[in-house]
Amino acid sequence: MHRFANPTRFFRIANAVLPVLAVVSAGLFASGLYYALFDSPADYQQGDTVRIMYVHVPAAWAAMACYATMALAGASFLIWKHVLADLAARAAAPIGAGFTLISLVTGSLWGQPMWGTWWVWDARLTSVLILFFLYLGYIALVNAFDDPDRGGRAGAVLALVGAVNVPIIKFSVDWWNTLHQPASVLRMNGPSIAPEMLLPLLLMAGAYFSLFGVMMILRLRSLYAGRRLRQLRLAAASE
Amino acid sequence: MSPFLAVIARDLRLARRQGTDIAMTLAFFVVVVALFPLGLGPTPDLLARIAPAVLWITALLAAMLSFDRLFQQDSEDGGLDQLVLSGLPLALLALAKACAHWLTTGLPMLVLAPVLAISLNLAPDSYATLVATLALGTPVVSLFGVVGAALVVGARRAGVLVALIVLPLLIPVLIFAVSAIEAAGAGLPVRVHLLFLGAILAGAIPLAPFAAGAALRQALD
Repeated sequence: MHRFANPTRFFRIANAVLPVLAVVSAGLFASGLYYALFDSPADYQQGDTVRIMYVHVPAAWAAMACYATMALAGASFLIWKHVLADLAARAAAPIGAGFTLISLVTGSLWGQPMWGTWWVWDARLTSVLILFFLYLGYIALVNAFDDPDRGGRAGAVLALVGAVNVPIIKFSVDWWNTLHQPASVLRMNGPSIAPEMLLPLLLMAGAYFSLFGVMMILRLRSLYAGRRLRQLRLAAASE
Repeated sequence: MSPFLAVIARDLRLARRQGTDIAMTLAFFVVVVALFPLGLGPTPDLLARIAPAVLWITALLAAMLSFDRLFQQDSEDGGLDQLVLSGLPLALLALAKACAHWLTTGLPMLVLAPVLAISLNLAPDSYATLVATLALGTPVVSLFGVVGAALVVGARRAGVLVALIVLPLLIPVLIFAVSAIEAAGAGLPVRVHLLFLGAILAGAIPLAPFAAGAALRQALD
């Protein structure tokens, strides 16, 4: 892992991976959306509304994976002080906030016809909303210091504190009696979801995760360039 | 006197000599609660229904105003460096700060809240539960506040930032506290809500000082 903490080496590989990942992501989105919208059965109870799930569920997975990435990157920044780890945590935050927002909005659009309400304050919805606020708090905190290193360290601690929320989101539907349905894919006895619905769901999940990778590399590149620019300006100013 | 108690005693002494700091926080609490009956008009039923939420949310907002007392001044006058050099582990330093903060903010609110609840026409059965939720919840507020305050040492607009960071983390406390008070008013069992609050407190006592200690270490590098 430390081999790739060297920015030059990391970006050499990342730049090679980027076009491949972008093509994979576009292909998965195309095939996933085709299956999700046209070539999968309507639910016997929900009708065509079930198709919102193929956008909603992978977004929520990606949002949590994003947070885990941010917390792990933050931890490695605190431990090894790799600049790239700090940039990775910063890069993941707005992406994760975006995914969280997508899952909240699509969930709300699904909830209106199915539950008869746009929003309920049950454990799952509330904990995902807290996740969204945590992303916003992180973004505000890392940008609140004149010294970017200090902001990165404070943000890393906050990301680690907020990581308590991730298992709460995952298990909220089991621990509390929620309106949100319990887990049907990642569970002990195997998925309880119909296979013809699982296929588009997994395709969309792959699409979201590869999109996450693409956006991470793009954001890492721009954040790194911004950091270099800052260094050059400081050097020029001190001469 | 052990360093831990010395830090608490120092903060209490500072709070006593700069008494207006605490008075302002509590005055904010009282004034904002008093705004609700004025804004809603004389509707006792409505007031009674929203009283638990009003008391708890106002207590949280008032607490947000008090967090800049924790480290900001110490960091500006160099006192924080002295505290760190004293050899007291940073987690214990954070815990001592949280204790002193609770004694000067949480405890007075605990005393004031039932009096304010009368003005909001809270259901008579709810008073004991209100005090119980505040007794279990306000220490959590102080503990999370220390984490937030340690994170923003030296930040721009630290006061707003600490609220933005700490308030989302306190949402569970608010939910369980208000549900407990409402359950008590409706004659339902409150035990389970109080147990959740107790569990949050039991988790926060060992974990929050640890996180705050880590944040302080980052702040002082």
